[in-house]
Amino acid sequence: MGGALILARFTFREAIRKKMVIWVLVLSAIFVGLYAYGFSSLRSNYLERVADGQEPPFGFAVFAGVMTVLGFYTVNFLSGVMAIFASVGSVAAEVDAGTFHAIVPKPVSRWEIVLGKWLGYALMLAAYVSLMCLSVLLVARYIGGYTPPNRVAGSALVVLVSLVLLSLTVLGSTFFSSLTNGIIVFMLYGVALMGGVVEQIGEFLQNDTLTSIGVGTSLVIPSDAVWRTASYLLQQSGGFSIQAIQTPFTASSNPSNAMLVYAVFYAAGALGLSTWVFGRRDL
Amino acid sequence: MQGCSIERPCVYASRHPIETGRLMTKTSLSLDTSPAIYVEHLRKEYGSKVAVQDLSLQVERGEVFGFLGPNGAGKTTTIKMLNGLVRPTSGRLSVLGRPLGDREAKKRIGFLPELFRFHEWMRAEEFLDFHGSLYGLSRGERKQRIPEALKLVGLEGRSRSRLRTFSKGMLQRIGIAQAVLADPLLVFLDEPTSALDPLGRRDVRDIIRTLQERGVTVFLNSHLLGEVEAVCDRVAIIKDGEVAALGPKAGLLGGEHVVEVWVTDMPERLLHEVRRRYRVVGAEARGQGQARGPAPTGGRAPVAVNTECRLSLHLSNGEAPALVELLVGGGARVHEVTPRQRSLEDLFVDVVQVGGDR
Ligand SMILES: Nc1ncnc2c1ncn2[C@@H]1O[C@H](COP(=O)(O)OP(=O)(O)O)[C@@H](O)[C@H]1O
Ligand SMILES: [Mg+2]
Repeated sequence: MGGALILARFTFREAIRKKMVIWVLVLSAIFVGLYAYGFSSLRSNYLERVADGQEPPFGFAVFAGVMTVLGFYTVNFLSGVMAIFASVGSVAAEVDAGTFHAIVPKPVSRWEIVLGKWLGYALMLAAYVSLMCLSVLLVARYIGGYTPPNRVAGSALVVLVSLVLLSLTVLGSTFFSSLTNGIIVFMLYGVALMGGVVEQIGEFLQNDTLTSIGVGTSLVIPSDAVWRTASYLLQQSGGFSIQAIQTPFTASSNPSNAMLVYAVFYAAGALGLSTWVFGRRDL
Repeated sequence: MQGCSIERPCVYASRHPIETGRLMTKTSLSLDTSPAIYVEHLRKEYGSKVAVQDLSLQVERGEVFGFLGPNGAGKTTTIKMLNGLVRPTSGRLSVLGRPLGDREAKKRIGFLPELFRFHEWMRAEEFLDFHGSLYGLSRGERKQRIPEALKLVGLEGRSRSRLRTFSKGMLQRIGIAQAVLADPLLVFLDEPTSALDPLGRRDVRDIIRTLQERGVTVFLNSHLLGEVEAVCDRVAIIKDGEVAALGPKAGLLGGEHVVEVWVTDMPERLLHEVRRRYRVVGAEARGQGQARGPAPTGGRAPVAVNTECRLSLHLSNGEAPALVELLVGGGARVHEVTPRQRSLEDLFVDVVQVGGDR
């Protein structure tokens, strides 16, 4: 296990040295800035309308709620993309470069190497998602005067989304070259997004075929199903419902808890499988 | 080759090479006298390609062992199997008396990979710190050993440089530093001088001698035969994934000498006779002519002779006078007969060329 921590630390340092961390932070700061600007102009627009006597049909909380979920959605998307691209070569690139030749003979197990790299990325993603969710919440609160429900659970589920994608990418990296792996996982990620929309339409139209397609894609890659739960939780207010507003990014019905459990096992299983595959591989 | 026992646990189950922990002796690794490396009927197939055919050998503690063979003979594959990078298809092996993958054994094994590719964003000392921590060295141990290792390989002034800025030779040096960092009992060096200039090669030779003095077992894979000859106690030459020659360097090279012969007026028949009786490894005959003067074999017709002929051939101790008698008696004029110690190169060419090139 000590070996895994060494590799986790190594992964973190590598991300810093390769300037990944700094650029992610710079671009994320730009995103937060734009988000805050958008939020504040939405607010002033709303207040102007109220002052003009053209009060919109919903209270500002409804708009603020949608804005907040959109903010979380963006964080979800960015961290998902980051999970995929950061770890796309976690095993493959080291195998191709031959850098494992000096590491694998050391007194660390192969599973520790895979787990350690996974852990390094997982901690970075968790920290990133937490920071970004916190930024969105602070913007919503101090600019929009709005605080969504289930903040911690919602953020934790966004972390889970990135861990699902991370595990899947690490697994792919034990089979495929970085490029192939990136393409495959990213396509699956896209399919999951599509599947989510299809499932919601299916539910709306009560079309079983569409719903089954959606559930099927969630089983193949449960990232979007987890996101929809997060989205649902973040909009679940006691007094009124903002779920009247439909967007492809928000969820109207609560995906089952079983799907969350499945996602956790999916991530753990993919990670376990990648240690197994890597353990048997000739280097 | 000896079999396995509790004291001599050359354990390794071919189908599960990564698993550990069978038949462990409790002797400390450094006191253990089991062979440093034990390999029996080792085989590796990559798909239908056989990289190592059937390899058996044993390396004792404290030996500097030269592992030679032509390109593609399976040397790197063997070293990779001994270091757990590649799964053997079948066979048994143990390292430092422990089964493959044993953590205690791995702590005392150093390995310089053939391709020596490292994470080039690291600084030299950071690289060694990372590998030292993988070895399980404490912070204090690393602090002490990293400067020592850098000094040993002559990179003490470059500890803050990034590996990206290193030349190939420097990367190979830092690779050696990494291999000797954890006070190893056994060090594998796969072509340690491939990227080094002559001075660097001499340095590596000195490093190997230092290790030898400390009682470290060194498994040296190199195609630079002079190097191997200079430092190795025992040598194996492998060919097509099998051991073609194995023994102490003195034994393999001694006993036989190579004799260089320069003669003129060498009759064709005599050349055939020499070839029949001795192992001729080089012959260069120039200019057909006729024997000058009366042929000593009798008053027959002029014999076809080679005006100038240079031969190298193998002789056992004490055979030189008989060779000279044969040559003189056959009518050749002998100018020079120079014995020299057989070099590893002679042996290598000899062993590897049997049966022709691959
Ligand atoms: N990963 C691999 N896949 C297929 N063949 C391989 C692989 N690695 C080595 N070989 C083959 O195995 C043989 C032995 O290779 P190697 O051990 O590298 O030889 P050496 O180090 O003695 O030059 C070569 O013919 C090589 O082509
Ligand atoms: Mg080789």
